[in-house]
Amino acid sequence: MSMRSNMKTVRISIIGFGYVGAGLAEVIRRKRADLVSTYGLDVRIVGIADLNGIFIDEQGLDEAELLKLRTGAKDWERPGGMTTLELIKELDYEVMVETTHTDVTSGQPGLTHITTALESGRHVVTSNKGPLALEYSRLTDLAAAQGCALKYEATVGGAMPLISLIRDNLAGNGVLSIQGILNGTCNYILTRMAEEGLPYEHVLKEAQELGYAEADPSSDVKGLDTAVKLVILANSVFGMNATYRDVEVTGITAITPDALKLADDAGYVIKLIGEVSREGCLKARPRLVPKDDPLNVGGTLNVATIKTDLAGDITVIGKGAGPIEAASAILADIISIYR
Amino acid sequence: MKISMDIELKDIPGQLVRALQPVSDSGGNIVSVVHQHDKKTPSGRIPVQLVVELDEQRLERLVRALTERGVRVVRTGEERLKESMVVLLIGHIVHSDLRETIDSIDRTGFAEVVALSLSMPSVDEESSASVTISAIGDQELREALHILEGTAKEKGIMVIAPI
Repeated sequence: MSMRSNMKTVRISIIGFGYVGAGLAEVIRRKRADLVSTYGLDVRIVGIADLNGIFIDEQGLDEAELLKLRTGAKDWERPGGMTTLELIKELDYEVMVETTHTDVTSGQPGLTHITTALESGRHVVTSNKGPLALEYSRLTDLAAAQGCALKYEATVGGAMPLISLIRDNLAGNGVLSIQGILNGTCNYILTRMAEEGLPYEHVLKEAQELGYAEADPSSDVKGLDTAVKLVILANSVFGMNATYRDVEVTGITAITPDALKLADDAGYVIKLIGEVSREGCLKARPRLVPKDDPLNVGGTLNVATIKTDLAGDITVIGKGAGPIEAASAILADIISIYR
Repeated sequence: MKISMDIELKDIPGQLVRALQPVSDSGGNIVSVVHQHDKKTPSGRIPVQLVVELDEQRLERLVRALTERGVRVVRTGEERLKESMVVLLIGHIVHSDLRETIDSIDRTGFAEVVALSLSMPSVDEESSASVTISAIGDQELREALHILEGTAKEKGIMVIAPI
């Protein structure tokens, strides 16, 4: 490996320093040498903002120091009383990474963060589903008008490449449909229920103890999270102008061990399958998946089968959640801006 | 009703049209024609499988008309149910009159519920059933599922269909 002579400095801000934001800081710390030698990129975090405060350093913040914020070994600050929006507008940087929590009703605070960054001429990379599920076309139009990139691979399928896989590697193909498991929590619950014959409530509790389900699991188990991801695929891959209200949603809370046993006897498993097609089908609901189908993956895995007119069926399987996995998708998006 | 017929044609041009004309003349509707020109019977004729929608009482007259035109009718019979699918139902299936749900499929004439297994934890709890539906073709099978989904929705029963 040789050092590139045409090295480019990429200054980023991270808005929302929860587990995904911190995961990205960790990944940038780990990959610094590779980013330089392989891509000629000197990636520096010059600002982070969270509800709790702000850190800025135009030369680049020390990631190891930032990670102490997550363990409580370091306290948040707010230099000069600066607000998050002031940081987004006024700091000198190229790429804003938006990793605040998803709110599908209002899209906030991510929607304002992304709009402000694009209006200030910054590229945006996000893992936040809310803004894209609600205002996809307005945001992509704004990005185009500003000559900025807006990238969101981390919003669907976590580490699993899907949006860029279709855009780049399957370029030229017509996509007929995408069908898959886009929520690891539901997959974990249904897999465990089927394997152990345990009731839904029992397995949900287990998933919560293991950190696979949130304290309020309703967005996952009622299918809303899957619906929001479908909307992002519908809009970005199929050019629809859908919102999550357009998705027909049935969750997994009514699935019983008896039903899973009957499915098993008939050669099937039950999975929460999201489906979007060129004809406008937009559904998230439990389906019977033949045991030998590639969509039958267990645990917390995500999977998607893309049906195309030239390449036939392409199936990708990967980890749908986790800080390092989400950061993997974000890092790939950042690198792709400079290719 | 849908009737399937195996017929055999002479291997000379124009025979397929000759064979299909009497079907429409007798008020029948051609559902499908499978014509394998490269396949021949030992007597040198070409086998064709027809599925026609026809009043059963007119079948005899159709067979006579075909025979008069030199078409051999090897077999006639009610179309078999060729396609099938398993669907799961979850809900108060028994309370909501399972018979009626099944009847809504059987009444179509092109699809039937051919197998059913029920799992009922206790009378007041929701039960689960796996239902096997067969139909004469893929399109009819999807139509049957659509009907089942409609009936189930009215009764608050969840339908889980194969991908």
